[in-house]
Amino acid sequence: MRRWLIALFVYLVAKRKRQPVFDEHGRIVEPKPPSPRAELLVVALLGAAAALAFAFVVVYATNANTQLFGLTLGGSLACLCAASVVTAKKLLPDEEDEEEYSAPAHPEEVEEIERLLDESGQTITRSRLLKLAAGGAGAALGAALVVPAFSVGPVLDTDRLFRTPWRSGRRLVDAQGRPIRVDEITERSFVTAFPEGADHKLIGSPVVVVRVPVKELDLPPGREDWAPDGRVAYSKICTHAGCAVSLYRSPNFAPQSPKRALVCPCHYSTFDVARGADVIFGPAGRPLPQLPLRVDDEGHLVAGGDFSEGVGPSWWGARQR
Amino acid sequence: MTAAALLAALVLAAPAPASEGRALYEEGCVECHGLSREGVDGIGPSLQNVSQGTVDFYLSTGRMPLDKPGNQPLRRKPIYPPEQIAALVAYLGSDEPIPHPDPARGDVARGFKLYTEWCAGCHQVVARGGAMPRALIPPLLEATPTQIAEAVRSGPWAMPRFDAEQLDDRQLNDVIRYILYARDPDDRGGWSLGNVGPIPEGMVAWLLAGIALVLVARVIGKRLER
Repeated sequence: MRRWLIALFVYLVAKRKRQPVFDEHGRIVEPKPPSPRAELLVVALLGAAAALAFAFVVVYATNANTQLFGLTLGGSLACLCAASVVTAKKLLPDEEDEEEYSAPAHPEEVEEIERLLDESGQTITRSRLLKLAAGGAGAALGAALVVPAFSVGPVLDTDRLFRTPWRSGRRLVDAQGRPIRVDEITERSFVTAFPEGADHKLIGSPVVVVRVPVKELDLPPGREDWAPDGRVAYSKICTHAGCAVSLYRSPNFAPQSPKRALVCPCHYSTFDVARGADVIFGPAGRPLPQLPLRVDDEGHLVAGGDFSEGVGPSWWGARQR
Repeated sequence: MTAAALLAALVLAAPAPASEGRALYEEGCVECHGLSREGVDGIGPSLQNVSQGTVDFYLSTGRMPLDKPGNQPLRRKPIYPPEQIAALVAYLGSDEPIPHPDPARGDVARGFKLYTEWCAGCHQVVARGGAMPRALIPPLLEATPTQIAEAVRSGPWAMPRFDAEQLDDRQLNDVIRYILYARDPDDRGGWSLGNVGPIPEGMVAWLLAGIALVLVARVIGKRLER
């Protein structure tokens, strides 16, 4: 297969390598000496554009930093620009011909224009190589522009979007790994917790734990034993755009202060913690996934199972479970 | 008339802070918090069993008394002079004393981490405050270290409270040290733009880039004319 590809490449490059024909008499466009060096420069620049665009694909796939993304993609575009500039300045004739408009169907003039076009390109000796280089640069750049679309998420295997580190009996720990005791969660506190022993950076890891007075609690059916003494845990990742839900309204005088709610700082989606994190304001389309809580024999908070639904910004299959 | 004058003279003559606090309370606070501090249904919360720090916070930042119940208490010039605030604290506050943080013993780097974890979600990493639905988040530019500690321990208005289990006194010193630093940070770029984050910085960048593009286009146009 590879040998066939190489053979095809060599064939395409070498096929019909014409000797330039310079018809010295009767020319319209001033003859311009061919400049193989400029052609090589253009090929080199197009090659560099292709290489940099390809480098972008590689860098993007290996999760390198954003400076490298900018450097490679920007460099590729800059090389393409430079190639265009060199082509325009050095390879194409810069003669400006003014011709009067005439009625169509004058065969001599049509022929003249055809010859004009034909002769304009005659100074280029390696048009095939140039076309190939331009095609390569275009293809690599196209790939560089398409590749980031894969970051939008998995297309076929969406099952892994439902996988989280939470299991029944797994303890809740704080950012330093210290287990959280149930009595630490009071009605005015706001605690971020993670699954013990799991990677805190997984999208399914962080939860917020707050306490709601039991008489205010109105969870969806089937979650009656998910909130020991009013302690509820919800995924900290907003279901709208995946920001960390880091604001908590905790009224110290319910009749006058705003209602108890979790708020996402990005677009102000507001979730009612007493009613299963129902959306009461903002662009989020579904509630925050709830994590069932239990208390173990030592008085620590543990998970009673996995989340009520898929964690993170919504996707087409988010409600399929 | 004479009885009232006598009473006033008595109140003024008696420097005992608790009784002075009681008089001030009955004059300025009963309407919303009730005669025996039990609160008024739907208007003002009970003040039985509030910490001294809570009382000092609301009064020393001018958040109380409130013009209209239901308004969010916001920082303004305190209504009461310091000695009257002390009297009200002595009268209203529980045994829990006013916190005395010592930011000089705090560590900026540790404070930055803790602040990012606990406070920056609402108050912004630059301590300039912000907003959420139905509540303003105050900036921390004028709060004294004591007031910051009081707010952390009591959770005013819609702010959660953080007790010593979550944030001990040493960590609180770190956090306050960081807040003091964030008021006047080292501006490595040289132009702080109010330290309110990436949006004004981005707008300035777009503006400058736009001007540069227009200038380049103009130069190219001039050259073509020749």
